[in-house]
Amino acid sequence: MKNEFEPNIVAFCCTWCTYTGADLAGISRMIYPSNVKIIRTMCSGRVDPQFVMKAFREGADGVMICGCHPGDCHYQNGNVKAMRRYPLLVEMLGQFGIEEDRIMLEWVSASEGDKFAEICEVMTERVKKLGPLGMKRKGQDFRQALMHPAKKINEEVPVKA
Amino acid sequence: MAEKLKFAFYWAASCGGCEVAVLDIDQKILDVIQVADIVFWPCAMDFKYKDVEAMEDKSIDVCFFNGAVRSSEQEHLAHLLRRKSKVMVAFGSCACFGGIPGLANLYTKEEIMRRQYIETPTTVNPEKTMPQTSYMAPEGELTIPEFYESVNSLGQVIDVDYYLPGCPPPPELVVAAVEAIAKGNLPAAPAIIAGNKTVCEECPRTKAEKIVKKFKRVHQVIPEDDVCLLEQGIVCCGPGTRSGCGAQCLQVNMPCRGCFGPPDHVTDQGAKLLSALTSIMDAEDPEKIMEITKSIADPAGTFYRFSMPVSLLEKKHFTKEASEKKDVAEVK
Ligand code: SF4
Ligand code: SF4
Ligand code: SF4
Ligand code: FES
Repeated sequence: MKNEFEPNIVAFCCTWCTYTGADLAGISRMIYPSNVKIIRTMCSGRVDPQFVMKAFREGADGVMICGCHPGDCHYQNGNVKAMRRYPLLVEMLGQFGIEEDRIMLEWVSASEGDKFAEICEVMTERVKKLGPLGMKRKGQDFRQALMHPAKKINEEVPVKA
Repeated sequence: MAEKLKFAFYWAASCGGCEVAVLDIDQKILDVIQVADIVFWPCAMDFKYKDVEAMEDKSIDVCFFNGAVRSSEQEHLAHLLRRKSKVMVAFGSCACFGGIPGLANLYTKEEIMRRQYIETPTTVNPEKTMPQTSYMAPEGELTIPEFYESVNSLGQVIDVDYYLPGCPPPPELVVAAVEAIAKGNLPAAPAIIAGNKTVCEECPRTKAEKIVKKFKRVHQVIPEDDVCLLEQGIVCCGPGTRSGCGAQCLQVNMPCRGCFGPPDHVTDQGAKLLSALTSIMDAEDPEKIMEITKSIADPAGTFYRFSMPVSLLEKKHFTKEASEKKDVAEVK
């Protein structure tokens, strides 16, 4: 059992609901997988698709986007924005070979510590089944190439043969 | 001018359009000849690679390199020309960001080879012969360059001093760049020779509150003049694309296709366009959102039409099983 794959899961949690819910799960000593790494955002609407892509690019095996239930967003409709982005994001990530089960959108209120623990469990199982994504990218964004001293580029970017 | 500058032009994975763009500067080409000698231009003049190899390092003043890098030959020439040139210009979207050839990053090399040499209806290849990088003929070994697994922008292979985007770069920008070179007043390298806003900000169309019930492709509607195309539901890449072209496509009723790549404040052109398009959807509930989402055809191909190799994800990710599934064993 020692060698079982332990996925890296990044959870973007809005500070007003889900993050507080996650806190509650912690304070109540609920048990949930340590695979989930939480990143606190102001609102689920703040989760730019670039964040999700960057997480995958840098080694995440799964990404969760969590916020307040519809109608409860602290900024009125941030979670509606997240909801509008989600299906297109899933489709586009699919075109890049990232399976739908590696990404999740869920609403968790501040009082739903148990729900948070549960979705972490579900997500971890889902991603375990899929196995590692292993998408580490070494290539350079051209803007980095613009901003960093030129020599560094060649050291860091062997041609992707 | 005491001594003439030395220019080189090279094409890698390109369509040839950028070569035409050089000539598109009309009579100005004569001004170029006034200030510069062309020492290497495979498309138009007969030079051999060994001529370049024989040149002294840094003896070329400016190299204009168009096309993406996908083969060992292109990579070799990129390194060689970098060594021989004082200034390296990535000319056109393919060199800057990978461009149209970069869309091939959604397929593996194996898939491309299989399609090209076996599956296409016009191919007759019963023996399933596939290209080899080396072949032993009775007369000796024959070699061809290696086709790489994925497409690279020029900046991913060598240091680039100036990026001149556009598919192809508009003549005004080419002229501006050449004039700056001739007068010696180029900005500090590395730099991108274009604007730093979005195409929307240059676009003359009126923008009101954008709300869209269904997205359309350009051939499905006759757009109204003067009104933002995105508001009319036509997928337009203006919000995620760097300014500098004068919104020229919009002037002729065509949506922006994104050829100038992302502006400075955007890391990933496709992600930005995804946000822009979804933010104007007229929907609050999941079913309606799904319905509108379905009206957007091929998001990755549309939003990264010119910038996939420099995007955050760069290329399609293949799980181990998929990449091990090799029907054609001899594909290298
Ligand atoms: S940038 Fe456009 S015109 Fe230039 S080589 Fe690439 S596809 Fe052709
Ligand atoms: S979305 Fe397209 S049509 Fe609308 S303002 Fe931007 S560039 Fe112009
Ligand atoms: S409007 Fe868009 S596609 Fe057209 S030239 Fe400008 S950047 Fe390129
Ligand atoms: S504040 Fe929680 S989703 Fe907007």
